Amino acid sequence: MSKLSELTPGAKGKIVKVKGRDAIHRRLLDMGAVSGTPFEVEKKAPLGDPIQIKIMGYHLSLRKYEAETIIVE
Amino acid sequence: MAKTLKIALAGNPNSGKTSIFNNLTGARQHVGNWPGVTVEKKEGKCKYNGYEITVMDLPGTYSLTAYSMEELVARDFVIKEKPDMVVDIVDASNLERNLYLTTQFMELGAKVVIALNMSDVAEKDGMNIDAKKMSQLLGASVVATIGNKNKGTKELLDAVIETAENKTGLEEHQIVYGKEVDPEIEKIQSVISEDSTLVSQYSSHWLAIKLLEGDEEVIKVIEKSPISDEIQKAVNKRREYIEYHIGEDSETLIADQRYGFIRGLAAETVQRPELERLSISDKIDKVITNRVLGLPIFLLIMYALLKFTFSGSEFMVGWFEGFFGWLGDLSTELIPEGLAQSFIVDGIIGGVGGVLGFFPLVLFLFLGIAILEDSGYMARGAFVMDKAMHVFGLHGKSFLPLLIGMGCTVPAYMASRTLESKKDRLITMLVNGFIICGAKVPIYALFIGAFFFKAGATVFFLFYLLGVAFAMIMAKVFRIFMLPGEAAPFVMELPPYRVPTIKGAFIHMWERGWMYLRKAGTIILVVAILIWLGFTFPQEPKYSKNYETMASQIEESYAQQIAPIAEGFGSDVDNIKENEIFAKFMQVDSGFSDAIEEGRLEGKNEQYSTLEREKNKSFETLRETYPEQARLYLQYMSLTPAKDEQLTAIENAMAAEQMEKSYAGRIGHFIAPFFKPLGFDWRSSIALLAGFAAKEVVVSTYGTLYSLGETDPEEAGSLREAFRKDPSWSPLKAVTFMIFCLIYIPCFVATVVFHKEAGSWKWTGFLIFYTTALAWIISFIVYQGGMLLGLG
Repeated sequence: MSKLSELTPGAKGKIVKVKGRDAIHRRLLDMGAVSGTPFEVEKKAPLGDPIQIKIMGYHLSLRKYEAETIIVE
Repeated sequence: MAKTLKIALAGNPNSGKTSIFNNLTGARQHVGNWPGVTVEKKEGKCKYNGYEITVMDLPGTYSLTAYSMEELVARDFVIKEKPDMVVDIVDASNLERNLYLTTQFMELGAKVVIALNMSDVAEKDGMNIDAKKMSQLLGASVVATIGNKNKGTKELLDAVIETAENKTGLEEHQIVYGKEVDPEIEKIQSVISEDSTLVSQYSSHWLAIKLLEGDEEVIKVIEKSPISDEIQKAVNKRREYIEYHIGEDSETLIADQRYGFIRGLAAETVQRPELERLSISDKIDKVITNRVLGLPIFLLIMYALLKFTFSGSEFMVGWFEGFFGWLGDLSTELIPEGLAQSFIVDGIIGGVGGVLGFFPLVLFLFLGIAILEDSGYMARGAFVMDKAMHVFGLHGKSFLPLLIGMGCTVPAYMASRTLESKKDRLITMLVNGFIICGAKVPIYALFIGAFFFKAGATVFFLFYLLGVAFAMIMAKVFRIFMLPGEAAPFVMELPPYRVPTIKGAFIHMWERGWMYLRKAGTIILVVAILIWLGFTFPQEPKYSKNYETMASQIEESYAQQIAPIAEGFGSDVDNIKENEIFAKFMQVDSGFSDAIEEGRLEGKNEQYSTLEREKNKSFETLRETYPEQARLYLQYMSLTPAKDEQLTAIENAMAAEQMEKSYAGRIGHFIAPFFKPLGFDWRSSIALLAGFAAKEVVVSTYGTLYSLGETDPEEAGSLREAFRKDPSWSPLKAVTFMIFCLIYIPCFVATVVFHKEAGSWKWTGFLIFYTTALAWIISFIVYQGGMLLGLG
């Protein structure tokens, strides 16, 4: 298990859980980051942050510190 | 009488909701704002099978939590207005996440009809969706539509009416949250049910779910209940129970269950291709937000947007200017000279025309933005820029308003709406005015032309950069000291690239353009009149010199000099031009002059000198016939322009003094001491004051005050000359003045729009105060520092 923010483009896995109880947490759940959802890290923005992942067939961007709250395997 | 139906149109952003709305309602739309918030509210009507259907377009949302304004608005509408049903637009090619919203409408207890939109895209991707089975499992009609091709609209309306008449034959279902959560929901429900008023307004099932999720808005509702303590206690107990026994917070668990339900639904109704191919959109994306090419492409697209806005709108700006010019000329002709004429021509047509003059620019800008939005690039622009913006406490989406600010601050403020969080929006708007806008350019052209002509372009560019630097630094300052906290999360969908439809883009453009007109239009008229009053009255101040006597003296001495000439022609002064011999001279003189001038302008020097020779010859012939009259004629021709020049000088001096002594001028004098430490005289005070009306007016005000008559801001050559010769100006003062203009308050139209967008006098007052204070402080430092260094 690791944090989503630690992965490099090309990595694939499944979401385990989203930490925290704030607006970001809720938003991530709404966008489909629930346990068992497969994902793929697609790329980093030209300046290195945010990152782009593919989840549930669509593309989602999130900042690195937001990706830190997502535990994946 | 026709039966009426009220339906709410809901769906995720990018689900094609707008095109479905346009298909349903055509041009019968009404755009406004939801009360109290700057979220767009659209309503339309359509008639179908004897029904009159009101369609309310809810803001596009992913969920119905209290995460954003849009989500709250959508949710409150369904709860409070109780529409007959919710038509949920679901992007078929992105089914799971879109259905998440659907489940939440079902939780609310609303009747739902699902439009499986973009079913053609899903099919192309190799997806096969069993709509019939899905509708049975959901207990709601599911209709396949293709919004951008206007397909399935009729079928959708049929389903709406069937649902309204309860003739679908479908059984309504409740979503199952699993054997762990469902009993907990029921337990809370039973406590809530004891408050009958609460239950009459809300579904108790929904309240129970939202309380388990810890929804802040719903907690506020519960706090008003007489049994709020009991409910709170029950909720806390259930939440603890869930966390202890399942090891997961209830919020996560409920989201898990919703998605679990959706996964089950998809498993039974959707067939996917075994191998996912890379779509065209993904291939495009690989290039466009590429690590190497991402930034250059971003810059290129932004350059193209600006180019499109400014060059593209040029012809239409010309029409508008032409129209208002024509209207002004017409009014000048029709209305007798005097106060009424000045009021209509200078006050109303000049003021309103000046602002409407850049309406085409705004339209083109909105069209460009609509195309970028509809194509899916806008989100990528934010993606590329977020890191850079974030360093300064801004959000990736802030780049757009800042960029538009290079054109005009008014649409820039309006574009800041795309930012979700109010803090981000305010910070972006507070610093947006530092970006040099189109109307400020003439000011820089004037001063740079007068004092830094050799390094013109470089100096100009430096000021642009200085503006950007100010904006960034101040944004950081606001983020740290006034509106602390992180910029809104960047958890954002990057929608697939699509070819924007012309109709869609134009509708978008028009909606926003119309909003701009309505917002700015009414107030502009009032302020234009106020400004005209300020500069026009008092009409006849006490002049320091008796200009009229001076003018009549000139006229008199001219008449005395001209009288013997007229006599020589055997005519009187007034009718000299009708004199036969005089007319002959005139004909030779002016007839040739016009032709010579024309030849010279066209660069036909040969023709020009031939004409010149011919003219001289004809004149000599005339002189031989009338030697005495020829002498008198030449005398006349030198006296008249000299007189006209003197009269114009007096008129201009009078206009300058009139402006100086008008109410606005007096205010300028009054505040002049305030500007003294910055090295500005009373003229600059008045010019800066007038700059609040519109920035380019600074230049024309200087023109009047320097007794140069009316000055076109774009052709201020004589003014430049006057500045250069005026010993009270220096390069240091010019720099100080340009810095002051860079920072101080945006023009009144922008301020009005800021007020409407920020929504409170507190922030408008702050904007006016802090920009002026900051401008003064920075200018003071620059001027006094420069003086100390001996640069003055």
